[in-house]
Amino acid sequence: MNQHITAPAEITDSVPIARTEDVVRLVDLKRRFGATAALDGVSLTVRKGEILGIIGRSGAGKSTLIRCLNGLERPDSGEVFIEGREISRLGERELQPLRRRIGMVFQHFNLLSAKTVEENVALPLKIDGRPRPERLARAAELLQLVGLSEKAKAYPASLSGGQKQRVGIARALAARPALLLSDEATSALDPETTRSILALLKDINSRLRLTILLITHEMEVIRSIADRVAVIDAGRIVEEGAVWQVFANPRSEITRSLLGGIRPQLPPEIASRLAAGEGAETILRIDVAGEAARGPLLSDLSASVPAPLRLVHGGIDHVQNQPVGTLFLAVPGADTGRLAQTIAFLKDRGARVEVLGHVAGPV
Amino acid sequence: MSPVLFELLLRSVWETVLMTGASGLISLVFGLPLGLALIATDRGGIAESLWVNRILGAVINGFRSVPFIILLVALIPVTRLIVGTSIGTWAAIVPLSIAATPYYARIAEVSLREVDHGLIEAARAMGGNRWTIIREVLVPEALPGIVAGFTVTLVTLVGASAMAGAIGAGGLGDLAIRYGYQRFETSVMIAVVIVLIVLVCGIQWIGDRLVARLDHRG
Repeated sequence: MNQHITAPAEITDSVPIARTEDVVRLVDLKRRFGATAALDGVSLTVRKGEILGIIGRSGAGKSTLIRCLNGLERPDSGEVFIEGREISRLGERELQPLRRRIGMVFQHFNLLSAKTVEENVALPLKIDGRPRPERLARAAELLQLVGLSEKAKAYPASLSGGQKQRVGIARALAARPALLLSDEATSALDPETTRSILALLKDINSRLRLTILLITHEMEVIRSIADRVAVIDAGRIVEEGAVWQVFANPRSEITRSLLGGIRPQLPPEIASRLAAGEGAETILRIDVAGEAARGPLLSDLSASVPAPLRLVHGGIDHVQNQPVGTLFLAVPGADTGRLAQTIAFLKDRGARVEVLGHVAGPV
Repeated sequence: MSPVLFELLLRSVWETVLMTGASGLISLVFGLPLGLALIATDRGGIAESLWVNRILGAVINGFRSVPFIILLVALIPVTRLIVGTSIGTWAAIVPLSIAATPYYARIAEVSLREVDHGLIEAARAMGGNRWTIIREVLVPEALPGIVAGFTVTLVTLVGASAMAGAIGAGGLGDLAIRYGYQRFETSVMIAVVIVLIVLVCGIQWIGDRLVARLDHRG
């Protein structure tokens, strides 16, 4: 009678495999603060092992969103699945063990000033009730991972911003989380330190196969480390996809605006001279990415369209090892046939072409 | 100063130290949790409960608004209940503690309130419960302020204990009034003042040293 019957794991685990691969799944998340909707129906999934970047302007709902994932914030409606388990209606006590599965890195580091670096890193394990020798061993291991072994006994106040964030990352990893949340982790750091912190996160992602969800307002962060990007605006996800594809073909105005800083733009002195109708030259904007951008596009173009085309501005960038280019081309003359031929050729090669306008004289 | 008076001075120093130390310790033991309760139950606190917060605040303000000399007399029945007598050094410790506890609770509250909310959020994100937040974040992070506030409370108690002479508690204040003032023993008065200065400076010095050692905020 008392014989234990242990069911095989694959039978007790009734959750479909496709779903367990999603570390996070959000369904129609809504949260209001007074009259403003911080989250207005967000649905999103984070796949195991990926780095998903959520970008938006300040006030777009990013912070509320990331805080819903570990229950620091509660949605008014909608569902939050973490490793297949719905958490949005759990009580504080039930959330506590779950939060140990989720590491979090903060913009302002949030290190405890009264504790040494080592004690800070070991704190999640102390909260988890692990014995002291184990905590210290794990802290030493993590400090080595982030390159701060010699600072173990130092207090956070004596560290630089970048070092503080390394400690923050080590601390977030201490309890071997399944998911790392990064809340603007590099926004308080200078560009060089930002690069080194991002490199560290990328390294952790590939070495530990750790899923990372980061929020940021800087496209540069997304471009450096994210696999996928979701753009949030006024509490809604307006665009989502592989980073290089979103970079190559941004669909929403907000994405284009966020990309503005790091993608080539028509120089203002040319833009100001653009006019509709006829002119000496026509300015084209050509967006080309992926396979289309690998071939000898420009030399093929000049071989097939005999005109002195001029490259005015632009370049080819590499995002996630994919070429993503934006070129501004000046096509001379009022010969509309040549212009049509150029556009047709480029479109045939998979590029997107936009006639920006005409200029009277050479630019 | 005669040997008798000198002995009286020594005894008074001991009585003052005893009253200050004992009531200081009691105010720490009860005042710190009260301070924690004040910030925990406040809006956005870790155990938000506004009506508890309002009641606590009102009670604390009530005790703090009664002048000490009146509290000393008004609390006589309570003192008798706790100590068995309403006269003497030990009896004075009761009203001193009851006056100092809400005072220290407010001082502790200020230090605890200054702890960065981000640190509390970090502890919550790590899976910490309220007790973890109190033990690992609030108290350690506010400790320099908690100790500095305790120093201030002790110095205030040295002053307040002078009034305890009114219920026969002795102490330096009592000595100064009875001998230095009423009997015109100027040497006693000067000695008492010097001892009080040394005592207050000593407490402040130790407190400052301790704060400097505890403060890692850089």
